[in-house]
Amino acid sequence: MNLKDDNTIVCRCADVTVGEIKEIIRKGYTTLDEIKRLTRAGMGQCQGKTCRNLLLQVIANELHVPVTEIELSRLRPPSVTIPLELLAKEDGNEE
Amino acid sequence: MKNKASVVIIGGGVIGVATAYELALRGVKDIVLVEKNTLFSGATARCGAGVRQQWGTEMNLRLSIGSVKRYETLAEELEYPHGIEFSQTGYFMPVYSEKQQQQFEKNIILQRKFGLDVQYLQPNECRSVVPIVSLDGLMGAAYYDKDGYLSPFHTTAAYAGAAIRKGVTIEKRTEVLGFVMENERIVCVKTSKGDIFCDTVVNAAGGWSQEIAKMAGVHLPLISERHQILVTEPIERLFRPMVMSFTHGFYTQQEPNGPILMGVGDPNEPKGTNMDHSYHFLHTVASLVTSVLPAVGKARVVRQWSGLYNISPDKAPILGLPNEVNNMFLAVGFSGHGFMVAPMVSEITAQMITGEELSIPEARYKLDVGRYDRGELIVEPSVV
Repeated sequence: MNLKDDNTIVCRCADVTVGEIKEIIRKGYTTLDEIKRLTRAGMGQCQGKTCRNLLLQVIANELHVPVTEIELSRLRPPSVTIPLELLAKEDGNEE
Repeated sequence: MKNKASVVIIGGGVIGVATAYELALRGVKDIVLVEKNTLFSGATARCGAGVRQQWGTEMNLRLSIGSVKRYETLAEELEYPHGIEFSQTGYFMPVYSEKQQQQFEKNIILQRKFGLDVQYLQPNECRSVVPIVSLDGLMGAAYYDKDGYLSPFHTTAAYAGAAIRKGVTIEKRTEVLGFVMENERIVCVKTSKGDIFCDTVVNAAGGWSQEIAKMAGVHLPLISERHQILVTEPIERLFRPMVMSFTHGFYTQQEPNGPILMGVGDPNEPKGTNMDHSYHFLHTVASLVTSVLPAVGKARVVRQWSGLYNISPDKAPILGLPNEVNNMFLAVGFSGHGFMVAPMVSEITAQMITGEELSIPEARYKLDVGRYDRGELIVEPSVV
């Protein structure tokens, strides 16, 4: 995958390109959370499982810092998708 | 970082950022906004994004009607090409008891006086607005097609961009640690990045506003409380308006690209700033929403999150100055509906600071924190 090409699609769920991510970063929104909220990258069906590492790489490239220095966003439950009707049937206890 | 400012605004949510813009618009220079995290990272980012005008008190009606009017043209005003995704698809509020029906009928009389063409739908009319609503126990619904929703992220970013172009300085990752006080005034805001000497402070710190106030010796009658939301994967269009049931305590809306968002309050939620997730919430909201809208049951949940309501005793905002401090303006206590009144609240707060006449003159003596001591509460009958 070529992250140098602005037309490369980083988030397939929300159809977000490298160029769109870079534009947001240049406006001063440099964290994964801000980028997610403004572009919806990582908010789709896969919940960032596909795009998260790519997004981190794009941020690192733009800010010229190692990828390990980029702050991660919180991973939110559920880890796999669940139908509402199934959740409604459960007894609601935490265990 | 600047060590002097005319106004220091605490909080980078929509209220703080919009207030920065409104002040700059009025020619105020040297405005510094400090935010301990990033912009739109607290309640603004976590809210349900709905904007409702169907309220039951004159004050909430004025605040929300004025705000919706502003939202209609805000993207142009703020020169934000992406737009703020404002869409007026309505709020549908189903009725399940005679008491509720009477309250809604009373609300509608008031709402119509303010020019809102709110409809009371009979049970057989409800499915023309929400085709999938269960008729089980349904006695009707209040519906207003000009209520809607917009992107809290883009709205705040739009205000921030315009504020910065007008000279506002925004300091992210900057936490307020305390104040230096002199003669019941804040003279300096101490932050994790240094001191800022200033003339005026705005407390727009959302779920942390009572903690900020305490640093200046001000006790605010506010509590913060976690509220949770989930969102499903995108599915085919099932319904358009926000469906908000006071009987069940939930609200739910299908976004334009297909995901369904839903939230419900928990009467047993302890107060505090906990923003973890609970399984209990998933089960509760899924049970309640599928009982009213059975067809959404097949939608699969992809994500849940939580945010903080900052709740005042009468669930109405607190604006203006407290008794104890002469230069800390409050914009707090929105009780879960701050985003939908942000344009009016920020305009009024800026007017209070610059000494102009207020867009809602009564706000000065009806929304002040002193109303609780006087016993003049604004009791809103329509809140979830």
